[in-house]
Amino acid sequence: MFDLTGKTALVTGASGGLGQAIARLLHTQGAAVALTGTRAEALESLAAELGERSHVLPADLSDPAAGAELVKRAEAAMGGVDILVNNAGLTRDALLLRMTDADWDLVLAVNLTAAARLSRAVLRGMMKARWGRIVNIASVVGATGNAGQTNYAAAKAGMVGFSKALAQEVAGRGITVNCVAPGFITTAMTDKLTEAQKAAILGQVPVGRMGTPEEIAAAVLYLASPEAGYVTGTTLHVNGGMAML
Amino acid sequence: MSDVAERVRKIVVEHLGVEEEKVTENASFIDDLGADSLDTVELVMAFEEEFGIEIPDDAAETIQTFGDAVKYIQEAQ
Repeated sequence: MFDLTGKTALVTGASGGLGQAIARLLHTQGAAVALTGTRAEALESLAAELGERSHVLPADLSDPAAGAELVKRAEAAMGGVDILVNNAGLTRDALLLRMTDADWDLVLAVNLTAAARLSRAVLRGMMKARWGRIVNIASVVGATGNAGQTNYAAAKAGMVGFSKALAQEVAGRGITVNCVAPGFITTAMTDKLTEAQKAAILGQVPVGRMGTPEEIAAAVLYLASPEAGYVTGTTLHVNGGMAML
Repeated sequence: MSDVAERVRKIVVEHLGVEEEKVTENASFIDDLGADSLDTVELVMAFEEEFGIEIPDDAAETIQTFGDAVKYIQEAQ
């Protein structure tokens, strides 16, 4: 089950906690992985840990030209891209009244537009192969909203609509497009929260703890696997019951 | 029958799974040969590969029939 031997995967945001866990698990299951992100050092150390079948491809996805170029490099390194995981994301939180256009644009560009461009670039190869998996990392915030994150929530909700539309376009070609929507996950981002903030968050989570990056990676693996061929256009919520959608 | 037309016909027959004799000069990919919009994109991709040319999106939109495809490719080569 969930064997990815012979498959190739491009994981964006692989220098972050979530992306690392995703890349590690896909690799463990047999896939060749292309690791992309802005921090080359973190990518290099992950590639050193994974060993063979791993490729380091640093890229800054806020650059509009980066997507197509990145896919070309990934295809050259691995012979194709069977699985695309759009995990790269960033936040620029502020109340909308105080949010700058630059912060709005950057969050939409990296979290949503880059995912669309990368998806477009990998589709050609996937259509030819009559097989492909696109897994987009959304967020519980895209479904529930969160004060201070209008830009992030819009981008993540946009990711869900984007995935449903694209899923319909390419379903007949053996390509599925799905989202994984994490809740509160222990990463460098959430380590910065105070104990009081963490307690307040956990009060909303029936499971009573934060999730781990490995639990998100497991959901991504399922959607990327051959076994999930009949699942498309859906969002798998991994949030400890925080929002039951 | 030119060589280009033969090669285009072969791609269309293989891709759309239609009878060879249905692929006539004025046969529309969508109206006569049962292609959907994604099929037309894939046909253009296949033509690009077969003939080593690039067909820009605005030109691709004008290729509606078998005859359109043959004419475009002959001119592009």
